[in-house]
Amino acid sequence: MTTALSLREVRKDFGPAKIIQGVSLEIAQGERHAIIGPNGAGKSTLFNLISGLYRPTAGDIRLRGQSIAGIRPYRINRMGLSRSFQVSNIFSNMSVRENVRCGVLWSMGQGYSFWRNIGNLKLVQEKTAHILDSVGLIDKADSPAALLPYADQRTLEIAITIAGGADVILLDEPTAGMSHSETDRAIALIQKATAGKTLLIVEHDMGVVFGLSDRISVLVYGEIIATGAPEEIRGDPRVKEAYLGDEAELPEAVA
Amino acid sequence: METIAFALLNGLIYGLLLFMLSSGLTLIFSMMGVLNFAHASFYMLGAYFAFTLGNFTGFWVALFLAPILVGLAGAAVERWGLRPVHANGHVAELLFTFGLAYVIEEIVKITWGKVAVPYQVPSALDFPLFELFGSQYPAYRIFMLLISILMLVGLWYLLKRTRIGLIIQAALTHPHMVSHLGHNVPRIFMLVFAAGCALAGLAGVIGGNYLVTEPSMAFAIGPIVFVVVVVGGMGSLEGAFIASLLIGFLQTFAISIDANFADFFGWLGLQATSEVGRITIASLAPMLPFLLLVLMLMLRPRGLMGEREF
Amino acid sequence: MSDQTQNPGLIDLAPTSAQKFTTRLLPLILFAAVLLIIPLLGPSRTAYSLLNAIGINIVFALSYNMLLGQTGLLSFGHAVYFGLGAYAAMHGMNAIEAASFDGGTWALMPVFALPVLGFAGGALAGAVIGWPSCRNAGVPFAMISLGIAELIAAAGFMFVSIFGGEEGISADRMNGIEAFGLSLGPISEVYWFIVFWTLIGVVGMYAFTRTPLGKMGQAVRDNPERVQFVGYDPQRVRYLVFIASGGFAGLAGGMSAVNYEIITPESLSLLPSGFVLLMAYIGGIRYFAGPLLGAIVLTWMQSNLSDFSEAWLLYLGLMFIAIVMYAPGGLFGMVLGFARGIIQPDAAPRLTRWGALSAAAMVTFAGVILLTEVAVSRTSGHVFAPGGLPLPPSSPLSWALGLALLIGGGWAIRHLSQRFAS
Repeated sequence: MTTALSLREVRKDFGPAKIIQGVSLEIAQGERHAIIGPNGAGKSTLFNLISGLYRPTAGDIRLRGQSIAGIRPYRINRMGLSRSFQVSNIFSNMSVRENVRCGVLWSMGQGYSFWRNIGNLKLVQEKTAHILDSVGLIDKADSPAALLPYADQRTLEIAITIAGGADVILLDEPTAGMSHSETDRAIALIQKATAGKTLLIVEHDMGVVFGLSDRISVLVYGEIIATGAPEEIRGDPRVKEAYLGDEAELPEAVA
Repeated sequence: METIAFALLNGLIYGLLLFMLSSGLTLIFSMMGVLNFAHASFYMLGAYFAFTLGNFTGFWVALFLAPILVGLAGAAVERWGLRPVHANGHVAELLFTFGLAYVIEEIVKITWGKVAVPYQVPSALDFPLFELFGSQYPAYRIFMLLISILMLVGLWYLLKRTRIGLIIQAALTHPHMVSHLGHNVPRIFMLVFAAGCALAGLAGVIGGNYLVTEPSMAFAIGPIVFVVVVVGGMGSLEGAFIASLLIGFLQTFAISIDANFADFFGWLGLQATSEVGRITIASLAPMLPFLLLVLMLMLRPRGLMGEREF
Repeated sequence: MSDQTQNPGLIDLAPTSAQKFTTRLLPLILFAAVLLIIPLLGPSRTAYSLLNAIGINIVFALSYNMLLGQTGLLSFGHAVYFGLGAYAAMHGMNAIEAASFDGGTWALMPVFALPVLGFAGGALAGAVIGWPSCRNAGVPFAMISLGIAELIAAAGFMFVSIFGGEEGISADRMNGIEAFGLSLGPISEVYWFIVFWTLIGVVGMYAFTRTPLGKMGQAVRDNPERVQFVGYDPQRVRYLVFIASGGFAGLAGGMSAVNYEIITPESLSLLPSGFVLLMAYIGGIRYFAGPLLGAIVLTWMQSNLSDFSEAWLLYLGLMFIAIVMYAPGGLFGMVLGFARGIIQPDAAPRLTRWGALSAAAMVTFAGVILLTEVAVSRTSGHVFAPGGLPLPPSSPLSWALGLALLIGGGWAIRHLSQRFAS
C-alpha cells in the first residue's frame, strides 16, 4: 500500500490563535478519506494548508513522498493534487465550457502559449466535452457560469476540480446547501469521477460521509481525535462527546 | 545650518498640509475601500470657495464657511454619485471618482477661468514674524502650522474621545464589523466622506493662497496624496501622518540641496558634464514621492503601518 | 450522468463554421471593407488626418483593454508603453535617415516597418516594468502604474539625449526603402500605412483573446484564486498579458511616430494615459469591439468638439460618469442591447420605452450643454445662440431655461424609469 498523502505534526497559527495543533494523517493511494468535525474545528484551514493556500507554521506535508509544505498552489496542482471550494469558486463571466476548459489546459501541456488558437486544439476540446458529458453539464455548456442554478454551480465546481486529471482530489463540502435528490446525484457523481483516485473530503452530511468513505478522521479544535473505519468512528465515545449536540444525528444518518 | 533649519520648518508645514489632505482620504479608503481620485479636487474647491467667499466676507469667515461648503459638496457626491456605483465594485467606484476629478477641473475652469485667481494671504498675516539667520520668516506659514496642529488635536479628540470616533476606528480595521453592530453604515460613510472632503477643503483654504490657486492644482497634488495613503498603510492614520511628514521633509530637503549626481557619484567616474552627472538633486524632488510609492508597493505592500494589505 | 455518448470524440461543442463566420470573420471583413472604401470617397486632408488618428487610437485603446477588460488590470499609466514604443520608432526613423546617407544595416529597414520596432520597445518596457507590478490586481496595480507613469514622464524631461526635452524629437518619414511603392509623403499614402497596421493590430489582438494565454487572462480577471488551483500562476499570466499589451501599445506608438513625425515626453504622461482609459471604458470594456468604437467616437470628439466648444472635456467627463453609473457595458453595450431589442419579440413596447427615456435624457443633456455654454460665454465673449436664439449670460432667462431643461429632463427620467420598473 503506497501513501498518497501524508501529514506529519502539521501546525498553523494565526497570530496567537492556534488553529491546527499538530495534525498527522496518512492517506493511502486510492483511499476515500473523510474529515468531519464541528464548525470552526479547522477543516477548511487544513485543506488550505494541503493545497498550498497557507504555509504551515510547523510540520511537513508530503504528496507521494515529496514535500509540498509551503509550495505555491499552482505547483502542487501540477503535481497532481486538485481541490474544490466550499463556496462555489468558478469563473463567473465565462461559459460553463470555458470554465472546464480552464481546468483542462495545463494538464494538456498548453502552458502559457499565445501562439495557438484554442479553438483548434482538438484534444483539449474532446477532453472538455468528455468531462462536461460525464458530469451531466453538456446541455448547459454554452450558458454563462454565473447564471447556472446553485446545484449546477456545485457540479461545475467539481468538474473544474477533476478536469486536470489530478489523482489526489480534495473536496470541501461538495453537497453543502443541496436538496436530498441533488445530494444523491452529487454522491453518484463523486463516486464516478474519483474512481481509482485518492479522495479527501470535508463534509457535514453524515449520510454522505458514511456512505462514501473508507476511513474517517474527526477533527476537533485543530486536533484529530480519532481516525478509523466508519464503524469504529461510530462507536468511538470521544467522537460522541465531541458531537454532543449532534449525538442523535450520528447513528440516524448512518442508518 | 541655515538651510537645514529652514528646510525643517518648511518641510514640517508642507508635511502637515499633506496630512490634512490625506487624513480624510485614508479614512475614506480604509472604511469604504474607495481610493477617491477626486480627493484633491475637493482641496481645489476649498481654495476657490475661500477666494470667492473672501471677496464678500473676508478671509476669516471664509476660513470656516469654505470647508463646510466643500463638506456638503462631498456629502452630495457620496449620496448621489458613489452610493449607486457601490454595487458595481471598487474598480467602478475608482473610475467614478476619476471621472469626477475631470469634471470638477472643467467646472472650475469654466467658473473661475483657466489661469490662476488672485487668492491672497490676508493682510493681517502678511508680515515677517521673526528673523532666522538673517532671513525673514513669514507669519502666514506659522499660521498654517497652527491651523494644522489645531486640526490634528481636533481629529485626535474626535477619534479617541467621542462615540462616533470609536465606531470609525472600529470600521478602519474591521470594516465588516460595523454593520453587524447595527449602525447605519451608509450614513457613517456619508459622514466620513463629507468630513474627509471638508478637511481637504480646509487644506485648500490655507494652502491655496500660500501656494497658487489654479485649475491644475488638483492634478498636481492628487497623486502625492495617494502616495501618502499607500505609503502610510491601509487603515492607519498614524502611518499617514508619518508618511506625510516623510514626504514633506524629503521634498523640501531635496529642493534645498545644491548638488548634482556628479558630486555624489564622482568617485565612480561620473563627469559633471555628462547628462546623468548634471542631474541635480533638486530636480529629483518631484519624483521622490513616486519612487517611494513604487518601492513601497514592491517591497512592503501593506505600507509603513498598515493593518492589512489592500 | 448520462451515458448516452460512449465516444467522447463524437461530441463537438465548437461553434459551427457558419457561426464562426458570422461572429468572427464577417465583422472583420466589413471593417476592412470600410477602410478600403473610404479613399474612394475622396476624403479631405482633414478627414485623412482624423482617420489616421482614429487608426492609431483604435490599436492603443484595444491594447489597453487587453489589461482592463480582458485581464482585470486597471492601469493609469498605459501611455508609457505607447510613448516608449513611439520613441523607439522615432530613433529608428532617424537611424534610417542617417543610413540613407552613410549606408549601414538601418538602410535595409523601411520606415513602413517601424511599428515593429515600436512593438518591441513597448513589449520590452512591459517586460521590465511588469513583473513587480503584476503581483496583485486591483488598487495596488493601479497605484504602481500611476507611480511608474509619473517617474517615466519625469525621466522623459530629464534625459534630453533620449527624449529630446520639452520639444521632443522629430524625424522625417520619407527616407529609406519604400514598401508597397508608398513614399509615405502625402497623407493619403500614410493612410494605407495606418490601415495596414490597424488591421494587423486588431487581428493580432483578437487572435490573442483566442489563445490559451488569453483565455487564462480572462480566468484571472474573474477569479485569480481559482486559477492557482488549475495549475496556473496568476502573476505570470498577468505579466505575460502585460508584455503583450505593452507591445501593442508600442505598435500604436510606432504608428503615431510615422504619422506625426514628432514625439514629446508629454505623450508618456498621465493625461494620455487617462484618455486611453476613457476611450476603452466609454466604448465598452466587456466587448472586444467596445474600445474600437470608443476610439472612433472619442477621437472624433477630440478633433471636432474641441474646436466647437471649450467645455468639451466637461462633456467627456460627464459622459464617462454617466456610463460608469448607468451603462457599464459602454456605447457598444448600448448598441448591442438596442440591436437585440429590435430582433426579439415584443419590440414595440420596448422601443417606446427606450424612446421615451432617451428623449428625457436628451432634454437633460441639452440643459447641461445650455448651462455650460452660457457659462463659457461669460469669458469667451461669444454669445451662445442655439438655432439663432441668443442666450446672453447677463440675462437670467438664459440660466432659467437651462435649469428648466435640466430639472425637467431629470424629473422625466426618474418618473419614466419608476413607471417602467413597475
